[in-house]
Amino acid sequence: MTGLSHVSPPRVLAISSGGGHWVQLLRLAPAFEGAEVHYACTDADAAGDVSAAPFFSYPDANKSQPIKLALTAIRIACIIVRVRPDVIVSTGAAGGGLAVMMGRWLGIRSLFVDSIANAKELSVSAKLALRAADAVFTQWPKVAAQTPAVFRGSVL
Amino acid sequence: MIFATVGTQLPFDRLLGALDSWAGGQHRTSVFAQTGRSGVDFHNLECTPFMAPSMFRDAVERARVIVGHAGMGTILTAAELGKPVIIMPRRAAFGEHRNDHQLATASEMRKLPNVLVAEDETQLSEALGLAMSETSGHGGCISPYASPDLLSAVSDFIRGGHVE
Repeated sequence: MTGLSHVSPPRVLAISSGGGHWVQLLRLAPAFEGAEVHYACTDADAAGDVSAAPFFSYPDANKSQPIKLALTAIRIACIIVRVRPDVIVSTGAAGGGLAVMMGRWLGIRSLFVDSIANAKELSVSAKLALRAADAVFTQWPKVAAQTPAVFRGSVL
Repeated sequence: MIFATVGTQLPFDRLLGALDSWAGGQHRTSVFAQTGRSGVDFHNLECTPFMAPSMFRDAVERARVIVGHAGMGTILTAAELGKPVIIMPRRAAFGEHRNDHQLATASEMRKLPNVLVAEDETQLSEALGLAMSETSGHGGCISPYASPDLLSAVSDFIRGGHVE
């Protein structure tokens, strides 16, 4: 390694469902400074919140809708192939969990930040992410004390 | 104007019905409601099923009081804009959500200065009376960003830092 080699900024895929998950993802924006961020959300209208950055949408689904979940997975796989991120960051829910799992298969580092709504226990998606993500954050110290997720602060 | 919002995933007619009854007894207060997939006609509410995030934020900005389910999008947006918000947690027992996590959210979020929690129709009416009579501030706006420790942990992760 030479000290003169150019280091390109890390490419980040920041992905979440709409509503509260998306509001929490946007509250992480300063952490993406210096990175090349691509956003993905279940709500196509969320593009207006990140007009300067590349944006993708994907269909919403949860674990009780297997066919929709499969379509969601296919769309997210396409997004990951297009973006080729170095890092995946998600604030949930199901789509974020799927992205983290695909990241694992493709050797992409991933961080799952569970919603601050989950004050008593981890969400289903966070439990899934525990098996695949490089790091899972909970926003509650008492949840961190009971689970393998770690507490590193909150969106508030 | 009061802005009511129940998110996009599931209906929450217990909240909207209670608000509709309350609004029927008011004369000068208009209520604009984002109702999701509700099949009910609320005669005293001006309703829209879904809103783009930017429209949602505008409605919160224009409202005097926000009424919503205990969803974090509602709570965080109201806190960012310094608006009082009354939240009613969805209950799994009434088929309002898959589980009772909104009870835990509500009991934690009531610690915020701008948040009031209403468990039922009576408490909602009381909270509305309280919030509408409030003329002074309600704790101001929170920062638009996450806590510095979370931001630096996420930033460290992106730059290849190892998380214990």
